[in-house]
Amino acid sequence: MADLESFRREVRDFLADNLPDELRVGNRPDLPEEPLRKWTAALAERGWFTPEWPVEYGGGGLDREQTAVLRGELRAVRAPVESPAGVRLLGATLLEFGTEEQKRQHLPGVARNAVRWCQGFSEPGSGSDLASLQCRADLDGDEYVINGSKIWTSGADEADWIFCLVRTDFDASKHRGISLILFEMDQPGIEVTPLELIDGTAHFCQVFFDDARARADQIVGPLHGGWTVAKRLLQHERTTDSATHGDIVGESKETIVELVKREVGMNNGVLADAVLRERLAAHEIDTRALDLTMQRAVEEVSAGHRGRDIGSVGKFRWADMMKAEHDLAMDAAGSGGLGWEGPGFEPAQLERTREWLFSRAHSIWGGTDEIQKNTIAKRVLGLPE
Amino acid sequence: MALTLSEDQQLLRDSARSFLDDKSPVSRMRALRDERDATGFSRAVWKVMADLGWLGIQLRAEHGGSGKGLREVAVIMTECGRVLAPEPVLSTLLLGANAVRLSSNEALKGDVLPAVAAGQRLIAFALEETGRFDPYAINTAAVLTADGYCITGEKRYVLDGHTADQIVVVARTSGAAGDRDGLTLFFVDADTDGVEIVRTTMMDGRNAARVGFAGVDVGADRLLGNAELLDRVLDEATLGLAAEMVGMAEEAFERTLEHLKEREQFGVKIGMFQALRHRAAEMFAELEFARSLVLDGLSAVDEDRDDISLSASAAKTQANKAARLIGAEAIQMHGGIGMTDELDIGLFFKRLRAADITLGDASYHLRRFASLKGY
Repeated sequence: MADLESFRREVRDFLADNLPDELRVGNRPDLPEEPLRKWTAALAERGWFTPEWPVEYGGGGLDREQTAVLRGELRAVRAPVESPAGVRLLGATLLEFGTEEQKRQHLPGVARNAVRWCQGFSEPGSGSDLASLQCRADLDGDEYVINGSKIWTSGADEADWIFCLVRTDFDASKHRGISLILFEMDQPGIEVTPLELIDGTAHFCQVFFDDARARADQIVGPLHGGWTVAKRLLQHERTTDSATHGDIVGESKETIVELVKREVGMNNGVLADAVLRERLAAHEIDTRALDLTMQRAVEEVSAGHRGRDIGSVGKFRWADMMKAEHDLAMDAAGSGGLGWEGPGFEPAQLERTREWLFSRAHSIWGGTDEIQKNTIAKRVLGLPE
Repeated sequence: MALTLSEDQQLLRDSARSFLDDKSPVSRMRALRDERDATGFSRAVWKVMADLGWLGIQLRAEHGGSGKGLREVAVIMTECGRVLAPEPVLSTLLLGANAVRLSSNEALKGDVLPAVAAGQRLIAFALEETGRFDPYAINTAAVLTADGYCITGEKRYVLDGHTADQIVVVARTSGAAGDRDGLTLFFVDADTDGVEIVRTTMMDGRNAARVGFAGVDVGADRLLGNAELLDRVLDEATLGLAAEMVGMAEEAFERTLEHLKEREQFGVKIGMFQALRHRAAEMFAELEFARSLVLDGLSAVDEDRDDISLSASAAKTQANKAARLIGAEAIQMHGGIGMTDELDIGLFFKRLRAADITLGDASYHLRRFASLKGY
């Protein structure tokens, strides 16, 4: 404990030296670029951008308690910390399945936030049925030739590399012919088209491969064994997302309680709309229950309990919670939430409306609610198939 | 803030489970109901519960107890819920005796609590006067006399009131119905002149009573406390009841899952139908959310946190929500057979709904949660 306290002091000193006040506002899209770059570099210099990774791959080499202290201190001062796909998704997967050469080649770049990654999983014809994917990789000497298309690829237009599921065995059953391969995005056979969504932004892209090339030694895990690797990676995606939701609608804005109080108004200490009041209370209780359940899932794993995996409900209940929160924010705003752009509406309100629109995606990406429930029914509840 | 049971608590759970499975399957509760048993539960089982140390688990050693927390009481209540054991754990331990335990009336504690721990004393809690739960809507009056108080009023839904040796009564010494101020808790012997107890049979097979107080004299040494004590007793009892509901909901859910795995229609197990699989996943999520909030609420009490009331209302809201969903789906997924009295699922359905209403439905606790959060 004494060591943890001295570590906490070390973190606080570091924050005092490296995190300017203008950045102590949480993750926002409009942070000043140069201070943000310097701050992220300072964090990465310590290995604290990827605190749990081993030091030899650019990580901080921290144990679980130290990581919790670091995260708590960063949250307490509302430090902006990006969570790119390379850290959240690829990192843990490479640490588990990658060769020593692959780890040494790729992890330090991620840990310095110098190399941007994107995820090539879904295809136009393979959404929930991901294993039916058709994007193919044909061996040509010591390289694979990639042909096909990926969709819903976040940040493909800015990514340096892609981790991509491809079919490498065309005769095997659909789950057995898939491999996970890494290759560079900046090459002649790749074209990226942003996709405009209902919220008016282009979070996602479609990527087209026309004889793109990848080195054969960049397959992660066993050749044709990519489905197992992909499932692990999706597990990381689901757990990190249900464990890391912040306060409403972006980090730096008011909480949902503050928002509803402001929009609806108070009457003798009670929210002026009785129905919204009950919905807000129900939402707060749901959020509390979700947080506690995810915390309990972790405790049960460390205590070696062998009951049903309660963490399995995290993704779809997190999506429920997020959608309910944005719906509540919209309902509280009334017609004030109907603006799209230009004058007549507060910028913050316009942003919330678009975030409400985007919130519908939470029950779709990373495995739809329906897929989550299929998985729970089969794996957790043991229902017959 | 542990959300998992300690090793000792797991041992307690396992021994409670094996005792109750052996000596108190659901068929025991069914037989008591069918026979219209005068007591409504088994005094013999109550005595064994005392011998096992359950009835004094939260009491101090000087009162014949083992000094554990609410968490331990809740472990036992969850297991009682799984088999629908009708013994008066909620009414005597978590309402009546707990009002004494949490009071500052040391003389009364010394007299009452050892007898409770030994299984020799049943204590009811007379609070409600109207159907919709509102603990401050009290008209029963306690008027100051020369050597104490005189209580006049009519109480309803007094759980296990027909068997009570003594009764904790919530009465008003000042103010009007709805006021929190002016409420006082008194301790009354059930055989005092002017106390009239009429047993009422409830739809879940349990019993409550109408208890009339027609000018009942109570000594000044029988005062327990005011609204602050009332709130704390209700918070602890609410968490204990929510823990019992988790046990009932879990058992109803497991029985329904077994049915989905065994029942065949259209030549396949009905658990293969996605319309049922997805609903089963929802039931699981609601159940585990309830369990998390209950465990956290129990920690709040045992660690004396400052959000006990908030945690209790959150836990009961979610336990009610899970009870509604799982109770309804358990009947629906069993189909026609689920509507028969012969199948135990109906007993779970009825007890889940009764527990849902008892000590406040979701509407009450949502409003209370909102008030506690300042909106």
